[in-house]
Amino acid sequence: MIVGRRRLIAGGVTGGAALLAGCDRVIEQPAARRILFMGEDMHRGLQRALTNRDALVPEFSADQRSPFFRPNGTRNPGTAEYTALRDGQFVDWRLAVGGLVAKPLSLSLTDLGRFPQRAQTTRHDCVEGWSAIAKWQGPQLGDVLKAAGLRDQARYIVFTCADLYRGTPYYESIDLIDAFHPQTILAWALNDRFLPVMNGAPCRLRVERQLGYKHAKYLMQINAVASLDGIGKGKGGYWEDNVEYDWYAGI
Amino acid sequence: MNSVYRHRFSTRLWHAVNAVAMFILIGSGLGISNAHPRLYWGRFGANSDPAWWVLPRFPAWLTIPANYNLALSRRWHLFFALVLAFGLLGYMIASLINRHFARDLRVRGSELTPRHLLADARAHLEFRFHDPERPLAYNIFQKLSYVAVIFVMLPLVIATGIALSPAMNAAWPWLLDVFGGRQSARSIHFLCMIGLTAFIVIHLTLVILAGPLNEVRSVITGWWRVPEKPRA
Repeated sequence: MIVGRRRLIAGGVTGGAALLAGCDRVIEQPAARRILFMGEDMHRGLQRALTNRDALVPEFSADQRSPFFRPNGTRNPGTAEYTALRDGQFVDWRLAVGGLVAKPLSLSLTDLGRFPQRAQTTRHDCVEGWSAIAKWQGPQLGDVLKAAGLRDQARYIVFTCADLYRGTPYYESIDLIDAFHPQTILAWALNDRFLPVMNGAPCRLRVERQLGYKHAKYLMQINAVASLDGIGKGKGGYWEDNVEYDWYAGI
Repeated sequence: MNSVYRHRFSTRLWHAVNAVAMFILIGSGLGISNAHPRLYWGRFGANSDPAWWVLPRFPAWLTIPANYNLALSRRWHLFFALVLAFGLLGYMIASLINRHFARDLRVRGSELTPRHLLADARAHLEFRFHDPERPLAYNIFQKLSYVAVIFVMLPLVIATGIALSPAMNAAWPWLLDVFGGRQSARSIHFLCMIGLTAFIVIHLTLVILAGPLNEVRSVITGWWRVPEKPRA
């Protein structure tokens, strides 16, 4: 009987490992993959249905800030174009706002500073699990989009960045609910200073209700589009296209 | 041989769903842990900050998927998090309606007296897990562990999981305050996983000790064969 029990436990352990490996085989099936990936839509649908879409993420006081805001992903785009902009202290940098808008814009840092500014001390949540608190400042994305005049067909806002991540242009996208959220800003300042290069100089997106990889750094272009098809590989961002991250990064 | 109907359909269904969900949630959760295996207390915590626990890197054979892939681990984890959460909700509603909670899990004051607890501990050590007079009744340790899992650990692991969502932080900021910040919630989430894993190990061990065929049959069909006399 004891041997039987031992065999049962040993069998359980090997069986468990086989089941774990079995999960990898299951997910190779397109139908299973589709079902599993529907989790993202369910979370988005539930969150949007159950919560106030305008609710603000918690903001913190100055003394609650992290001692250091660590960079992640690209620390320096390093391209000739970006290096030239940086060497000129970004006076020649322009943020192009285009796509499905009535009035395409080309904004300098000074132009961004002319919009009403929003400063917020928020927590940045990396998809990996770490988080850091810092103060960000810049115009609300909604104000910039209003200035450009979104057309009715516009459904998504696509952010094109100056950096190449592993040789591929980094980009991200959000829908209009997040684009017009009061805490979604085009931040040019971090902790009361101009953004350092490692944190996305001269301007990055802060879309506070989503995970870190959505907060595109080194912004160059903002485009309003009707669909994400045909942009990159069509899934709405560098990580979504290449590593199957969720497009909706609200959890 | 005398058989009794021990587990209702809702209980059996929930048990089966949970067996799958917990297995996948733990495996994929260990994969997620590998993305940043440091645990902190408070509201923030990144690589150079002091961690109260630096976790080991979990080997590929323990994680889902069986290689490092944070995106896929998250896909598994977040899908089955919904299965776990709505499964618990459905089971709770069913168990209130069919009186499973009231009948089987209610802890009576008399069961918590030192004398009763000691007697039950002695019975466990002698591998007597059932009262032959009342074959349907759970013993007090069973009740306490099931109550801890159903009403404390599972709700806590779900709530701390929700607290890790930046969008839910906006909607329910009080949840973060309850746990003392996102990194505290993340630590508690991991500790809950350890508690639930310990429960599963003890639970399965006791199933084997109590007679695996009879116990497994009862959780599949509902019918449990009452032992003729106390097991020695």
